Amino acid sequence: MSELKIKKGATSHSAYELRNPNANVIEKHTLAVVVDNEAGVLARVIGLFSGRGYNIESLTVAEIDHTGHRSRITVVTTGTPAVIEQIKAQLGRIVPVHEVHDLTTEGPSVERELALFKVSGTGDKRVEALRLADIFRANVVDSTLHSFVFEITGVPEKIDAFAELMRPLGLSEVARTGVAALSRGKD
Amino acid sequence: MTRQMTGAKMIVQALKDQGVDTVFGYPGGAVLPIYDEIFLQNDIHHILVRHEQGAVHAAEGYARSTGKPGVVLVTSGPGATNAVTGLTDALLDSIPLVVLTGQVPTFMIGTDGFQEADTIGITRPCTKHNWLVKDTDDLSQVIHQAFHVATSGRPGPVLVDIPKDVQFANGTYSEKKDAKTSHYQPRLKGDIDAITALVDAMEKAERPVFYTGGGVINSGPAASQLLRELVDATDFPITSTLMGLGAYPASGKNWLGMLGMHGLYEANLAMHGCDLMINIGARFDDRITGRLDAFSPGSAKAHIDIDPSSINKVIQVDIPIIGDVAHVLEDILRIWKSRGRKVNKSGLKNWQNQITQWKAVNCLDYAPSTKAIKPQYALQRLEELTKGHDRYITTEVGQHQMWAAQYLTFEAPNRLMTSGGLGTMGYGFPASIGVQMAHPDALVINVAGEASWQMNMQEMGTATQYRLPVKQFILNNERLGMVRQWQQLLHGERYSQSWSESLPDFVKLAEAFGAKGILCSDPADLDDAIMEMINHDGPVIFDCVVEKHENLYPMILSGKPHNEMLLGDAADGDGIQSDGAVLV
Ligand SMILES: Cc1ncc(C[n+]2csc(CCOP(=O)(O)OP(=O)(O)O)c2C)c(N)n1
Ligand SMILES: [Mg+2]
Repeated sequence: MSELKIKKGATSHSAYELRNPNANVIEKHTLAVVVDNEAGVLARVIGLFSGRGYNIESLTVAEIDHTGHRSRITVVTTGTPAVIEQIKAQLGRIVPVHEVHDLTTEGPSVERELALFKVSGTGDKRVEALRLADIFRANVVDSTLHSFVFEITGVPEKIDAFAELMRPLGLSEVARTGVAALSRGKD
Repeated sequence: MTRQMTGAKMIVQALKDQGVDTVFGYPGGAVLPIYDEIFLQNDIHHILVRHEQGAVHAAEGYARSTGKPGVVLVTSGPGATNAVTGLTDALLDSIPLVVLTGQVPTFMIGTDGFQEADTIGITRPCTKHNWLVKDTDDLSQVIHQAFHVATSGRPGPVLVDIPKDVQFANGTYSEKKDAKTSHYQPRLKGDIDAITALVDAMEKAERPVFYTGGGVINSGPAASQLLRELVDATDFPITSTLMGLGAYPASGKNWLGMLGMHGLYEANLAMHGCDLMINIGARFDDRITGRLDAFSPGSAKAHIDIDPSSINKVIQVDIPIIGDVAHVLEDILRIWKSRGRKVNKSGLKNWQNQITQWKAVNCLDYAPSTKAIKPQYALQRLEELTKGHDRYITTEVGQHQMWAAQYLTFEAPNRLMTSGGLGTMGYGFPASIGVQMAHPDALVINVAGEASWQMNMQEMGTATQYRLPVKQFILNNERLGMVRQWQQLLHGERYSQSWSESLPDFVKLAEAFGAKGILCSDPADLDDAIMEMINHDGPVIFDCVVEKHENLYPMILSGKPHNEMLLGDAADGDGIQSDGAVLV
């Protein structure tokens, strides 16, 4: 690098983060993007990811402020640290975007996903499914003599694990919401 | 006090309130109510182009040469799709445009109606922002916001799509001052700690260089003024991208010339060998950096840019400064002066000596000819004979564009209009029309290639209709010269489809449009012919027949670092490694 030995740490920009931005490691980040809930705003966000070749692992969106017409998009993405920085900067450039938060780097956060599982079967399998659902604290939200619909909430890994266990027990359909996330603490 | 009026009337009213004097456009079914309103007033001048692409490039020329946003009005469907190239061009070169498109009535959207296209969807990735207005009450508000977004922060094109029923319906007009202030307010002031870190580096640097770009020009006249002051005060050398030419005068003592793929030897070597690179409003484009891992390996890099996404996008920098160029330069100057105007005098002296040696290579030398007009010679003569004029240059895309950047000099910002980021053949002619509209008494010259020029040559009708005395200076090598050069150097001299065949007789073509045509092929006649062009009060097509196989140098082949530059004809013939051929 330079012979000038420039002192780092002078600005708020991420260039001064201590991680090596050239590192080739692929990281997974959860971003929260607060946007005006206007027509096409989701297309702008998704178009940015596809147009510039970024990844989307999961994406959830809903209006969070009905009077101010704000929506919160939670997107889980992967990339090298430099790519993650670019994604945040590019999101920040979209006109109806108000805030971009990287929940993975901005301190501790909680992540949850909700999923619905339809499990069909009879006899022992049916009993076992119910027993496991109890262990995972999944609720039964629909039942027939031949099937259950379970509702489960948790981190994506917990839902993955539940899916693995249900598969041999007659899992026939899954609906997942994608991750919603908030930072921990008072602000 | 609220004012009720039709949507169509609102549009014209909003344009007037935004200070618009010129609109470039083309009518059609979905914008007829707006054209009615244009018919009924005299404040806004409408220029009827011959193709909507021409309207957008003309608006770009207008915008780039005035610093004001360019305005375009086109119809739905094909009118909108024809505007797409211009929008993309403006997006890549950060040109503020407000483009208004007609749309089928709201109740027909989604039915594949006649001339319906998903304009918002198509133009989403090629605008800074776009809006579909479904309610006349929102219309004027949206147009005021559109001007705000187009011109704030990093400028760019925006589009407002207006269904025909919204144009007919009545609604309430919002005044410009009452328009909801957008939350979109990019930050102008740079971080003072970062600026201080830069001043600190400037005080110590032995081999500094300013690397400037279009952002200086977009920041406004004050930025160019401050840049000149900073360069003069520090005595640091300065180079610029194509888009930034003129921000610092070419006659200035610290000027290195343009850098990049076809930049000057001294500029590229200064970039390669510097210990402090100060990027002001440029974006490390691949035409500038060449091979990334060999780009200026020993330097500390500072980057001033109003767009945070430009910083660390391709080159990791040491001192990022997010802010408007003029604001940041003002702070740099103030802090640097208050700390005693220090520079590393002895280091700087050696550096300047080194640069003087590089300059002595005379990288723009070429073999003169008395038989054929060399394109470089044509531009040198054009420079000599026009430099005293109030002159604006536009260009097309190709070898001629780069020669124009090398051999013409730019003393002031906003004087060169060229398609840098997108490299759009067909840009220069309509752009010259837009420039001439904004500067009726100036000498406006489009330096063109015969192939590019044909891409929008229908605009001859526009030039003659509005008596715009634009000069089309065509360097006619009967080749897609830039393509031919790459085929020669990188594709084994297989000249696939790079000959311009069946060219029109440009003199007769000019005459067919009621303009003047001049043909020149003898270097001995060139000066007289150029004078004839300058002195003719009307549009001119100048067919300057030049050496066909002249190559453009210096050249950094794609994938090569700055210190591996091809100079002059030294490279012709011998084996050039083609590992860069995969790059464009
Ligand atoms: C719209 C468009 N199509 C294709 C290209 C690729 N291209 C770049 S330069 C060039 C040749 C230009 O020929 P001409 O205008 O005669 O200029 P010259 O290089 O001969 O000076 C071509 C085809 C382009 N830049 N733009
Ligand atoms: Mg040519």
